[in-house]
Amino acid sequence: MKNLICIVCPRGCRLAVDEENGCAVSGNQCQRGAEYGKNEILNPVRTLTTTVRIESKIMKLCPVRTEKPIPKAKMFDAVKALNAISLKAPVQTGDVAFENILSTGVNVIVTRDISE
Amino acid sequence: MKRGLVIIGGGPAGLAAAIKASESGADDILIIERDKSLGGILNQCIHNGFGLHRFKEELSGPEYAGRFIKMLESTSVSVMTDTMVLDVTGDKKVVCVSAEHGYMEIEAGAIVLAMGCRERTRGAIGIPGDRPSGVFTAGTAQRYLNLEGYMCGRRVVILGSGDIGLIMARRMSLEGAKVLACVEVMPYSGGLMRNIVQCLEDFDIPLYLSHTVTDVVSENGRVSRITVQKVDDKRMPIKGTEMHFDCDTLLLSVGLIPENELTKAAGIEIDPRTNGAIVSENMETSIPGVFASGNVVHVHDLVDYVSMESERAGQAAAEYLKNPSEVSCALEIKNGASVTYTVPKRIKNTEKPVGVFFRVNRIFEKSAIRVTAGDEILVSYPRAHMAPGEMEKITLTSETLKKAQRKSIVISCEEAN
Repeated sequence: MKNLICIVCPRGCRLAVDEENGCAVSGNQCQRGAEYGKNEILNPVRTLTTTVRIESKIMKLCPVRTEKPIPKAKMFDAVKALNAISLKAPVQTGDVAFENILSTGVNVIVTRDISE
Repeated sequence: MKRGLVIIGGGPAGLAAAIKASESGADDILIIERDKSLGGILNQCIHNGFGLHRFKEELSGPEYAGRFIKMLESTSVSVMTDTMVLDVTGDKKVVCVSAEHGYMEIEAGAIVLAMGCRERTRGAIGIPGDRPSGVFTAGTAQRYLNLEGYMCGRRVVILGSGDIGLIMARRMSLEGAKVLACVEVMPYSGGLMRNIVQCLEDFDIPLYLSHTVTDVVSENGRVSRITVQKVDDKRMPIKGTEMHFDCDTLLLSVGLIPENELTKAAGIEIDPRTNGAIVSENMETSIPGVFASGNVVHVHDLVDYVSMESERAGQAAAEYLKNPSEVSCALEIKNGASVTYTVPKRIKNTEKPVGVFFRVNRIFEKSAIRVTAGDEILVSYPRAHMAPGEMEKITLTSETLKKAQRKSIVISCEEAN
């Protein structure tokens, strides 16, 4: 039995995951908590949020995030890859800043409109 | 210059108030923002976790602000950025200044105060030791790193376990810094549990509860070493528990204070429990027609609730403009056992349900929130867990409010059997 704190939402449910019973989750208050508990044991993932450089009149950096969570172990390498690129304004929220980061199948998207 | 509704601050509170006021029929709305763009502190909060209640998805700060800025664009609300409000008077005059327009005096029909809060600094908590560079509030470091592009340190100790400190522990780690420790004077964390997990535990950063910084040592004008000590139950450092960390940076995440210089100057009644204005359920302050919402009233954990509260203020301001009347307080909410503060503190209209935000002063497991009038328990709400770092919210129905039949009700918390 492994005790975890759910990070899906700010409620912070205290989960118990039974590794010997197909990672059955208890203590969750929603379905997403059950999924989180199971994933956290089998394949922990996180949404990565960071910045990339941008050529712009008003901003030096553009905030970005992974469109979906990526494996936790790949976060540092993903930041390294993103620190090597530069965008050019204008960009819009939702634009792809980096396609298929570290072959995870997940795109990194812009999270702020930068007009010039 | 005369304007209908003047909203001071273009962060999440000001944006939500403006949009709701416009939807509620107010015209001639002006937002005054001191920064160069709208969005407030959300612009530097590039992490995700915003909007779960509001939009049922997990957004980053700029995305959350962006949604409201988009909504604002479809209204007739006007915006002055790069403009600083210098004074608000009791008769609703707003004095402000900008490089573009110079000095301006605006006579407002109604005002929403939405100035947010600011961080407590080293001076506010009196940390002993040298006074070198390398001591930052977590929010300052966040602005440097996420907006300006400056990494402010390589080996970091964080004092305080508030959410901004935790978020910065992760952010600095991801950008290559070594975060040596997060130190919290209280026996529990001031931040959300999820942030302890995903910002500290994910990066193997130790959290020292019941510890504090007792010395700052510098070399060539920069932080070089921090001393941390365990504290007793009176929060006094215990001799012999000293730990030393060789580091170049100390980040402070030691609390937020509502930014109320303008509120005080206007003569608005301040609640000493929150350091924000005393408000009734429609977010009206002690001056009729002047409303306040968001972190300028009390510090929230979630921006979703800031938006919700600010919509109340925006709607009430629009109603006031249509019918400027003074409604007296029908009911006062008092702190009972283990309750630090409540917002609102006053209720004017008992015909509609009233949402009440409050904080507890210690950690509760299985417990109950009780609303009482005299000896009578009006209503009770069960809770599995409560903590000072997590704002509680209950909704009092009109029936409950009417049952009170007195001038005040009391909200208290206790363990359930």
